[in-house]
Amino acid sequence: MTAPGKTESVRGAGTGARAPRRRGRLGAPALLLLPFFLLFIACTLVPLGNAVRLSLYRESRSGLGFGGTERVFNGFGNYTRALEDDAFRDGFLTLAQYCVLYIPLMMGLSLALALLLDSTLARARRFFQLALFLPHAVPGIIAALLWMYLYTPGVSPVIDFLDSAGLPANLLGNPVPAVVNIALWEWTGYNLVIFYAALQAIPREVLEAAVVDGAGPLRVALNIKVPLIRASLTMVGLFTVIGSLQLFTEPMILHGAAPEVVTTWTPNMYAYTAAFERNDYGLAAAASVLLALAAALLSFAVTRLSGSRSRKREEAAG
Amino acid sequence: MSTVAPVDKPAARPGRAPAPAAGKPRRPWSLSKTAVNGALLLATVYTLFPLLWLLTAAAKNTGDLLGGRTISPSRWHLGENLGNLLSQSDGIYFRWYANSLLYAGVGAALCALICVAAGYAFHVYDFPGKESLFGLVLLGVLVPTTALALPMYLLATKVGVVNTFWAVFLPSLVNPFGVYLARVFCAGYVPGEVLEAARMDGAGELRTFWSIGLRMVMPGFVTIFLFQFTAIWNNFFLPLVMLSDTELFPVSLGLFSWNTQTHAFPEYYPLVVTGSLLAVVPLVVAFVALQRFWKAGLTAGSVK
Repeated sequence: MTAPGKTESVRGAGTGARAPRRRGRLGAPALLLLPFFLLFIACTLVPLGNAVRLSLYRESRSGLGFGGTERVFNGFGNYTRALEDDAFRDGFLTLAQYCVLYIPLMMGLSLALALLLDSTLARARRFFQLALFLPHAVPGIIAALLWMYLYTPGVSPVIDFLDSAGLPANLLGNPVPAVVNIALWEWTGYNLVIFYAALQAIPREVLEAAVVDGAGPLRVALNIKVPLIRASLTMVGLFTVIGSLQLFTEPMILHGAAPEVVTTWTPNMYAYTAAFERNDYGLAAAASVLLALAAALLSFAVTRLSGSRSRKREEAAG
Repeated sequence: MSTVAPVDKPAARPGRAPAPAAGKPRRPWSLSKTAVNGALLLATVYTLFPLLWLLTAAAKNTGDLLGGRTISPSRWHLGENLGNLLSQSDGIYFRWYANSLLYAGVGAALCALICVAAGYAFHVYDFPGKESLFGLVLLGVLVPTTALALPMYLLATKVGVVNTFWAVFLPSLVNPFGVYLARVFCAGYVPGEVLEAARMDGAGELRTFWSIGLRMVMPGFVTIFLFQFTAIWNNFFLPLVMLSDTELFPVSLGLFSWNTQTHAFPEYYPLVVTGSLLAVVPLVVAFVALQRFWKAGLTAGSVK
């Protein structure tokens, strides 16, 4: 923040050199920002606008598509079609089940592990951090493939082990927990490192004061550490919500092995199928826009929720 | 709350202090130490087990893989699997591998440069509408990327770049979160005084950025590069939508296409598994080697 203030004063000081300098000042930031914003417009804003526009039109079935001339305005017709489609609604239901199971489990697990790692009792912290983070280095599609093999009877040593222990398991028959497990494996360690880094940034005096006050380790963790890393919790929550709603890769892989995972299992898969198997771009765009809206609403809720909580806490403290 | 407490609590200290020293309560202490490290170890087993399986499965042939009751292979076929990988469809796997390296390597380097330039501009300069422009970038972070893939595909068909290198390459250069990270990093690494000194010495604004700002924010550049490299290497949805020419596939899409063949042709199983192992290697190596940077990136992202 000090830098702009200083340039301001320099700029004001030499009146003679002001004009050429200012032109440079406006030109340089524009030039530095240009590549990003050009690509941002081309690859984010224009497709976004295009999706909204497309969702309001319907392709008439006469042509082979692509011409664009047979497109007829359909108002919110595609939206009602999507919302009235059982497959689409089932997709959201699946997604809701997935989120209800995955988000608390992942957040709880990575927070608990981060607190364990941050406790004075933990050993070999660098090793644990790296080992727990490692699944994130595995591409999502390979993670899904790996677990698909580990779920497949015959191939999987896990199933063989469970069988020999007298616990026959049909891991592919229950797609929601199966996908939740893959997501947990991929993301718990990643978010653990974020939480751990935030925990490490807590001033040690605060924790010492709490210990001196007689707080036990559990109390310190829950009443001191967790509230102090709320910014990280909110951010992880936000990205988790946005990421969860886009669920696609893992079920797409499991689709080949588990009959329960249909091609419209999640809204994203529904949109993909609508576009590339039925060539119904209007419907696909409407589904995408609804999904993006759901993501926006939920991220708003997450930031709002944490905001009001911290406000309440401040009120209580003050 | 904590300002009042120390006054009436000193009594609690002597009460607690003797406990660890007394010898008797030592056991719960070491017990909880075992519990903490045991829990961490258990979680580590969970994260490492599938990777260990991948490592050993890549050494199994089709029969061992499909009937394999054990983790370890009965006989080692890793060399044979690698040979098959090399010869399958004229070595198309390595073509995919090179494609991935190109998409992810060049893409991430360019993306990081673009992000750092933008983040640097946001940090160093004052211009009208700056914060609302930055707000737009932050909104961009929230847009689900897969919701964009389909409209992007339709745009690409219009422009005529669908099923080309550019259709996958260009979108991977955009990362709004990278701009946010770059701004945070610039605030930490680029002091205004140094830039002033450069200007006094007569360096132009762009030259100052290139030879001073960029050098100073190099840790930020490497961090953004690393994250974008992973994101592009892992990207599956965009290439799936954009590409139909197998020659242009990245590894992820290639493995997916092989995996869909396994039902009809079981001999693809070892190819998928061995190919997966090779595809994981560069990322694991990058993350182990560049620990300092990804940790810095995660921290910078989490502290607002």
